[in-house]
Amino acid sequence: MRVNSHHYIQMKLSQLSPGERATIVSFTDLEMSVKLMEMGCLPGEEVEIERFAPMGCPIAIRVAGYQLCLRKSEASIIIIEQ
Amino acid sequence: MAGNIKIALVGNPNTGKSTLFNLLTGLNQKIGNFPGITVDKKLGYCKLPGDRQAEITDLPGTYSLYPKSKDERIVLQVLADSNNPSHPDIVVVVADATNLRRNLLLYTQVADMGIPTVLALNMTDMAKKEGIDINVNKLSERLGIQVVPISARSNTGMDLLKQAINNTTRIATQAEGTDLHLMAPEAVEAAKKVLKTDNGYLALQLLHQHEPLSIFSAEQHVSLEEIKKVHHFESSKLQAAETIARYRYLGTVLSGVIEDTGAVRKFAISDGLDAVLTNRFWGFLIFIAILFFIFNSIFSWSTYPMDMIEYAFVWLTEYGHQHLPDGLLTNLLLDGVVAGLGGVVIFIPQIAILFAFISILEDTGYMARVTFMMDKVMRKFGMSGKSVVPMIGSLACAVPSIMSARNIESWKDRIITIMVAPLVSCSARLPVYTLLISLVVPQKMLWGFINLQGLTLMGMYVISILAAVFVAFIMKFMIKAREKSYFIMELPVYRMPRWTNVLYTMYEKSKTFVFEAGKVIIAISIVLWVLATYGPSERFEAIDKKYAAIEAKKDSLQVSTLERDKAAERLENSYAGILGHVIEPAIRPLGFDWKIGIALITSFAAREAFVGTMATIYSVDNDGEVATIRNKMRGARNPDTGLPVFTFATAFSLMLFYAFAMQCMSTVAIVFRETKSWKWPVIQLVYMTGMAYVASLIAYQLLK
Repeated sequence: MRVNSHHYIQMKLSQLSPGERATIVSFTDLEMSVKLMEMGCLPGEEVEIERFAPMGCPIAIRVAGYQLCLRKSEASIIIIEQ
Repeated sequence: MAGNIKIALVGNPNTGKSTLFNLLTGLNQKIGNFPGITVDKKLGYCKLPGDRQAEITDLPGTYSLYPKSKDERIVLQVLADSNNPSHPDIVVVVADATNLRRNLLLYTQVADMGIPTVLALNMTDMAKKEGIDINVNKLSERLGIQVVPISARSNTGMDLLKQAINNTTRIATQAEGTDLHLMAPEAVEAAKKVLKTDNGYLALQLLHQHEPLSIFSAEQHVSLEEIKKVHHFESSKLQAAETIARYRYLGTVLSGVIEDTGAVRKFAISDGLDAVLTNRFWGFLIFIAILFFIFNSIFSWSTYPMDMIEYAFVWLTEYGHQHLPDGLLTNLLLDGVVAGLGGVVIFIPQIAILFAFISILEDTGYMARVTFMMDKVMRKFGMSGKSVVPMIGSLACAVPSIMSARNIESWKDRIITIMVAPLVSCSARLPVYTLLISLVVPQKMLWGFINLQGLTLMGMYVISILAAVFVAFIMKFMIKAREKSYFIMELPVYRMPRWTNVLYTMYEKSKTFVFEAGKVIIAISIVLWVLATYGPSERFEAIDKKYAAIEAKKDSLQVSTLERDKAAERLENSYAGILGHVIEPAIRPLGFDWKIGIALITSFAAREAFVGTMATIYSVDNDGEVATIRNKMRGARNPDTGLPVFTFATAFSLMLFYAFAMQCMSTVAIVFRETKSWKWPVIQLVYMTGMAYVASLIAYQLLK
């Protein structure tokens, strides 16, 4: 977690809890980022954590007007700011 | 354009592409194979205005032309290779109007391949309901192609779509949209020369992924690799840049085209359902209840049609025996081929019912939630959330379940699922279990309310599921992954199932099963018939002579059982019987004699053959009641010791053997078909039979 010059808090998508919203900033895994962007997870796009699966993973998010689910490990490559 | 044309349907998953395909082609479709790969090719025909015919290929759903799974790779393969038999004259891109921007990403890629394209905006009625207004004319103008609003679900816009296809020119009209000039321009120019194409995007695509395509010569592959090295072609970076550029382009295309006035929250109903259906507590409970209902239905609904099929084949055999000239050819036809065919057809009701449920669960969007809930559990055992469906289906029958494992993207997850699914006790083991349990487990109540026999039966099912999970866990460490397993998946909005799709799925899966597995089953049935019918001629002559003598004496007591005794003795001296004697030393440590040995051999065809073989061997009329078989088996004594053959130890050992051994040639055939190699069915056959042997050995030696 770090605070940038605009005083936004940057962290990983996997660190959010259900109901929280954030904006995608960047990705830490290039290969995975292609897949995520194809599915509509673009930098600048707003995401909302919808729910966790009963065992805590995967997680369901709302992005680009639809619902997407991904594992926590995959969510951890998405850097977001709130 | 005159004459017949080829059309390919391309689109994201969950856009109603298959519904559109079914609407356009009706039952006029067939499943073929794309050369060299497991994925089915769905092909159909459709009449166009002006008496023209269109050949329509339904390509697998994908989010982009950069494939992540085997299915998706075909899309590029078909579009990039103008010599591919499925290479289309026109591409119809199917896009979900309720989520246009993400859907159009694929459109921009396909359009850049330079093939004439029509855009079908599906679910326009839904979009309108959600307050999304799309200016179709403006969109069409900006993209430079015909855009047709349709609704496959309510069957509207089909005539317009056919008209649009008819009006499409041979020359692609789409506007050059995304700015691709910054994507490795030197490398693209060099690749264009190697590939002899003037399409820059095609060259770029092939620089990214020419390896899996077999359409190029070895030199071309080498020079493409050379170009990549010289120009520092960074694949992932370029793909990311391309995706961003495409979305930027779509931003300008869609500005002023889409008006979203949906003030109300669109997903309220779906979210409400999710809150219950994927709830920490209710989620699993509801899932188990649905499973129970499906499992129960597969059993109860299929009983009647399966009985009918059985009677029909018995009638056919009897009728044939009465009306065809007696002889070996007749016997081979009726007892070999027809019996084998019966063994195939009998599975159709269960296959159709299972796939009806799977298709309903998928169509409504519930299956995606099951996958979502179960992923973490299944991953511990080397599988993925998507393995749940085939594992459950195997309680009824492994054959359709293995077929349904096809939508698992990760190769490793899919292979493990296919390899362990047949361990889950299927319905064919049920008659074996019930016969043996009734033989050795007393009909008693435990603490007054638990049926001891029922408890044993449930125990067999639990053992089988534990075995599947255990083997999966071991295979997780033995099989190398070919690609990174990922789980980035759309959770579609809940919808009502489309009943015609359900019917198509039932029809299509049953047909595939009968034709694909049927061939192998009939072949093996014939071999088994020959083994059980023939024996060394001197032995058979001796039997014939012996019974002729008895008949001549006309001893009424002996004559009444004559045919049965003779049949039993012939079986003992047939090649199958001899084989039983041969394998006896190997199976004696498990507590089995040669008679059980014959049953093991005949059961390779199908496990159900156990009861029938036992009936024949213990000289009981085929249509005799189970009680008689049971009594005969109970009375069977070991000739050396005089002790009963079917002790608790033998019966339990035999049940374990049937639980674990691969005695189902339909499964072997389908695993071969699904993995396109003999390696996996052979490994499966060996490990399951080995496991069965060891388990039975341990059980018998401990219990005897």
